[in-house]
Amino acid sequence: MRKISYYPGCTLSTKGKGYDRSGRAVAAALEVELEELTDWQCCGATFPLATDNSMALLAPTRVLYQAEQAGDRVAALCAICYHVLKRTQTVLERDSAMRERINWFTEQEYGGRVEVVHLLEVLRDDIGWETIARKVVRPLTGLRAAPYYGCLLLRPYDEIGLDDPEAPTILHDLIRALGAEAVDFPYSIECCGSYLTVKEPVVSETLSREIVASARAHGAQVIVTACPLCQFNLDWPQRETAFGRSGDEVPIVYFTQLMAVALGLPEEDWGMDGMYTDPRPLLRKWVKEE
Amino acid sequence: MRTVISLKNVRSQFVRDVEEISGEDLLACNQCGKCSAGCPVAAAMDLLPSQVIRMAQLGMTEVLQSRTIWICASCLTCVTRCPKGVDLPRLMEALREISLRAGASEIDLDRLPPELVRELPQLAIVGGFRKYIK
Repeated sequence: MRKISYYPGCTLSTKGKGYDRSGRAVAAALEVELEELTDWQCCGATFPLATDNSMALLAPTRVLYQAEQAGDRVAALCAICYHVLKRTQTVLERDSAMRERINWFTEQEYGGRVEVVHLLEVLRDDIGWETIARKVVRPLTGLRAAPYYGCLLLRPYDEIGLDDPEAPTILHDLIRALGAEAVDFPYSIECCGSYLTVKEPVVSETLSREIVASARAHGAQVIVTACPLCQFNLDWPQRETAFGRSGDEVPIVYFTQLMAVALGLPEEDWGMDGMYTDPRPLLRKWVKEE
Repeated sequence: MRTVISLKNVRSQFVRDVEEISGEDLLACNQCGKCSAGCPVAAAMDLLPSQVIRMAQLGMTEVLQSRTIWICASCLTCVTRCPKGVDLPRLMEALREISLRAGASEIDLDRLPPELVRELPQLAIVGGFRKYIK
């Protein structure tokens, strides 16, 4: 059993529990134990883009310090936690004066050495697509899944460097390893509106509807994401309202949920309760032969 | 509308503040427009991203009244494509910070729809409040 420190973050402990549940379950199925950091706190959910805003670096640095006590790597599932932690780590690694300043304030000696990884990187680099393909017991043959990368998982490239920022393949490769068809569509790296959902919900709903409509027009039956804010923004406009539903909804699933189905895990490990568009009626079709 | 372009404005404290907070060189931008062409929220903006930079270059503080700086979602598409390596999201953040530090608050908590607040993921609330309220 390979062990790796795990930072769930606030959303995966509350509204995004299904991502956490399916993530831990698929990791275990691949013989990776995600060891949750003890006594962790919120990362702050935004990386400060103002160079003089060192206050916003405090929360992620505390997380990195906890991770450094536990080992040399920490994995995140939430794309935003990953983004914030990785960029903070980059600042503290390159700017020793900033690191001293933060350490002076937090009264914790963070050495600046923790490697921040996304679970997708662990799957690709530590385990490999071929190993994952061999573990698939329910090949998702015929399922047309659109990989939706969003923004913060990929950009900025010189600090994140997870994949090509304009033509990423990591989710495509995973989808194919599970036996499904990866559907290309022009909105796969377009923004869903992110935090605008709090301030300008109409703008983020418009963006999200365009993304879902494009995926649908390209034949997608399901959209695959790694970010709980993308998941919410894309799925929320599809919720049932007083006007009912349009009937052409596309379920928005986390990559871990699709893996849970393909790896043969029981339905409670899919973590799909409470999603606005329930993916289960579609995905159960790949279970029925059992 | 009459706009006076003067060296005094180009070398103003406002321009120095924007450059200091963002850590970016405003004059590195040569107005190619790639940022505006690829911006996913340009349709909702009153000024295009490249126009925001132009006004900031010229020291036009009116740019702080633009909706654009609050519509930018920091998706980082433009910085990925800028041929001059200008980090436009950092410039947008600097303009937001200048407004926020002067007392602006862009979210009216009482006007958020309750059904949305109940459902929003935690990181949207934490992140949104950090970005749009001081």
